[in-house]
Amino acid sequence: MKKTILVLSALSLFAILIASCKKMLPPAPKDEEILAGTIPDLTPEQEKEHLIGDASFARIFSKEEGLGPVFVQSSCSNCHVGNGKGNPSTELTRFAHVNGSIIDYLADKGGPQLQQNAVIGYTAETFPSEANVFSKRIAPIVMGLGYIAALNDQAILNNADPNDVDADGISGRPNYVNPTNFFVPLAIHTPNNGQYLGRFGKKAEKVTLQDQVVFALKQDIGITSYFDTQDLYNAQLGNYTGDDVADPEVSSGFVNGLVFYLRTLKAPPRRNANDPDVVAGEKLFNQIGCVSCHVSSFTTPASDIVALSNQTFHPYSDFLIHDMGQALDDGYPEGNASGAEWRTPPLWGIGLAKDSQGGKLFLLHDGRAGSFKEAIAFHGGEAAGRRTAFNALTEQEKESLIKFLESL
Amino acid sequence: MKIFTLNYKVLLIIFIQFYSTLSFAQKDSVFLKRTVPDSSKLNMNLDAVYNRPFLQMGKFPVALGGYMEVNTNYSGTDGISEGFSFQFRRLTMFMSSTMAKKIKFLSELEFEDGTKEINIEFAAVDVEFHPLLNLRGGIVMNPIGAFNQNHDGPKWNFVERPVSATQLLPATWSNAGFGLHGKLYQANWVLAYETYLTNGFDESIVSNTAGKTFLPASKQNKDRFEESFNGEPMFTGKLAVKRRRIGEIGISYMGGVYNKYQMDGVIVDKKRKLDVFAVDINSTIPYLNTTLIGEFAWVSVDVPAASVQNYGRRQQGGYLDVIQPLVKRKMFGWEKATLNLAFRTEYVDWNIGTFETTGDKIYEHIVGITPGISFLPTAQTVFRLNYRYQWQRDILGNPAVRTAAIQFGLSSYF
Ligand code: HEC
Repeated sequence: MKKTILVLSALSLFAILIASCKKMLPPAPKDEEILAGTIPDLTPEQEKEHLIGDASFARIFSKEEGLGPVFVQSSCSNCHVGNGKGNPSTELTRFAHVNGSIIDYLADKGGPQLQQNAVIGYTAETFPSEANVFSKRIAPIVMGLGYIAALNDQAILNNADPNDVDADGISGRPNYVNPTNFFVPLAIHTPNNGQYLGRFGKKAEKVTLQDQVVFALKQDIGITSYFDTQDLYNAQLGNYTGDDVADPEVSSGFVNGLVFYLRTLKAPPRRNANDPDVVAGEKLFNQIGCVSCHVSSFTTPASDIVALSNQTFHPYSDFLIHDMGQALDDGYPEGNASGAEWRTPPLWGIGLAKDSQGGKLFLLHDGRAGSFKEAIAFHGGEAAGRRTAFNALTEQEKESLIKFLESL
Repeated sequence: MKIFTLNYKVLLIIFIQFYSTLSFAQKDSVFLKRTVPDSSKLNMNLDAVYNRPFLQMGKFPVALGGYMEVNTNYSGTDGISEGFSFQFRRLTMFMSSTMAKKIKFLSELEFEDGTKEINIEFAAVDVEFHPLLNLRGGIVMNPIGAFNQNHDGPKWNFVERPVSATQLLPATWSNAGFGLHGKLYQANWVLAYETYLTNGFDESIVSNTAGKTFLPASKQNKDRFEESFNGEPMFTGKLAVKRRRIGEIGISYMGGVYNKYQMDGVIVDKKRKLDVFAVDINSTIPYLNTTLIGEFAWVSVDVPAASVQNYGRRQQGGYLDVIQPLVKRKMFGWEKATLNLAFRTEYVDWNIGTFETTGDKIYEHIVGITPGISFLPTAQTVFRLNYRYQWQRDILGNPAVRTAAIQFGLSSYF
């Protein structure tokens, strides 16, 4: 009898355990606390495609798969940790030789980007002696990119005011760049003397996400793709001394899978949007004219991904380039953008930046600003008036504005 | 190794035949002899390979044994679960024979995750010249820490192997080589040593798809059984002392050159070294009968300067298992059945250091705890129920990814 009770109680204990299994697993973090997940209303097939791209984004390339031979990092997600803003430990540096208006990206000497790391048995790249301008950059957040990619050129150009006709001190300029040889213009793209409007990259030097992905695979990871089959090499070792993995190292499908992943990552979620301080902060953000560049809303036209069609989104960017003054001038031009000109970065997701940057904030293109106040203090050039306006706010108003930024 | 992969089915058949013959003979205890391991407490980790139950048939010169492990797994990471799975972890078969006085052979073949991985984990001849001087040659398990040599599932109270044993140290890590081992007995004390020269690691430890310095990456290199990656033997040595009824402590070292520094006689790199130190303990507290089993390892690797900082130069990690017998008596007809409470704490840091650009600490570490219950109807079979919780932080130290698992498992010698 005693034994039966023992057996029965052991069995029921086991049953209780199994029933409560789910509760014993760690819960999901709140949706608004993480930078992951897809845009609403994707089809199951699109969700699956997204997951394939997600795996490619996280894939760590090995030497045998074509990594390098010189590279910055071995996977997308090593720099875009948790899809968020990057940390300076994975920064990249572009270089060129600039002499007056003559710009040489030193392609024959390993330009335009330094690959400071190398596969085992190979030498890392160092700057060629001719390089005299350098641009350090940390990785941007990759959420919500599909909405930006879907925008009509005209929606961006509407905010451009290159000659500051409205005399508000802000003269956002479009960065027209030469298209890549694999660029296929869509209805949203309008050519301008054979050039196209750039909207991605720190200086808006990339027209499409595909341009960015192909460039990053090669210049950041040393992976050749169907769209660009020429391996990186280290000019110090000798020209065209690449790896011996057959090119292209990844297919067009792999590239487009990554593009699809980026297109379908949802817009960063907001937190405490209705908190009175946050609401007051947003008002101030608009009042003192931060919003002149950090434009709050856009609406997409019809898109091939139905879920991206006719959607209003809130990136807090105009995707135009602005002269940000001397402190941020690194002398490195890209396309039409000068050293002092930077694309307004979207501020969405900035409130979660810390969680992907290792618990600290690293703001601006190279992560030099450790706080929102510091980032604002670096705003010069066209933004100088706005910085002055920010400094004129009371401490409490400043706090509200920062609370608003943290809610993004 | 190739030949073996082709013929493992043939071997399996021989094995099964042997066992079925035995089961017919089961009633005839004269015909069949089960050698249960010598439980006089002077067996050490070093003896683990021979300290196993074997079956021997009459005068048949070969003894056979083995174990298997199976478990259920229900786990989830930050709210996402892949659901419920049954996992057949491994089937391991031993074959041993004493060819002549003081000359014996033992081999251990392992089939992991079904037949996904098939390995000869151990296959060596031991020749005893003197208790202090034994020569061993073959595929040996490098004595780094204790788990690597003493890894049989039925000896452990947890479904999972310790993270530090398999993801920091590369258990089960075996290589072709030769070595000497021996023991010195003094009243209640035993002192044991082991030294081996074997083939070693290769460059995959700092160039792999794990994206971190990862010694287990070299296990993929099956050529290591027939050829050294760089022509430099690796040294492994261990010293251990055991005091009767108190326990054993071991210190071990494994190291050597891991890179290909010359090709076709041309020097292409400097010699890059890898050093591993480990301490292991195994002790039972008198009266309480609480058993403590643990090991801690330190790894240092000369990573090329051009490598990304994801590849750490220093690593460390270990585990401590605390096992408390609750009941030890006749249960369900088994004379000496035991019910234990068990608790494991484990930790691995794959990258100790700071970032060159920011000076900030590099993380890439894991901390885990596993409370559990284990039931041993006999010393050869263990049932275990585990709840495992781990916190893993990425290289930057962002908020930890939490994973938990509920596992029920069975591991038994046969
Ligand atoms: C003239 C356009 C302009 C105005 C006005 C402007 N910004 Fe910016 N903002 C930029 C640009 C361009 C950058 C990126 C500069 C860089 O990376 O070096 C930037 C960067 C930032 C960043 C850091 C973003 C990141 O991802 O690191 C914050 C925060 C920010 N701005 C907030 C503000 C606030 C608050 C105001 C109002 C006081 C403001 N900005 C006004 C153009 C502007």
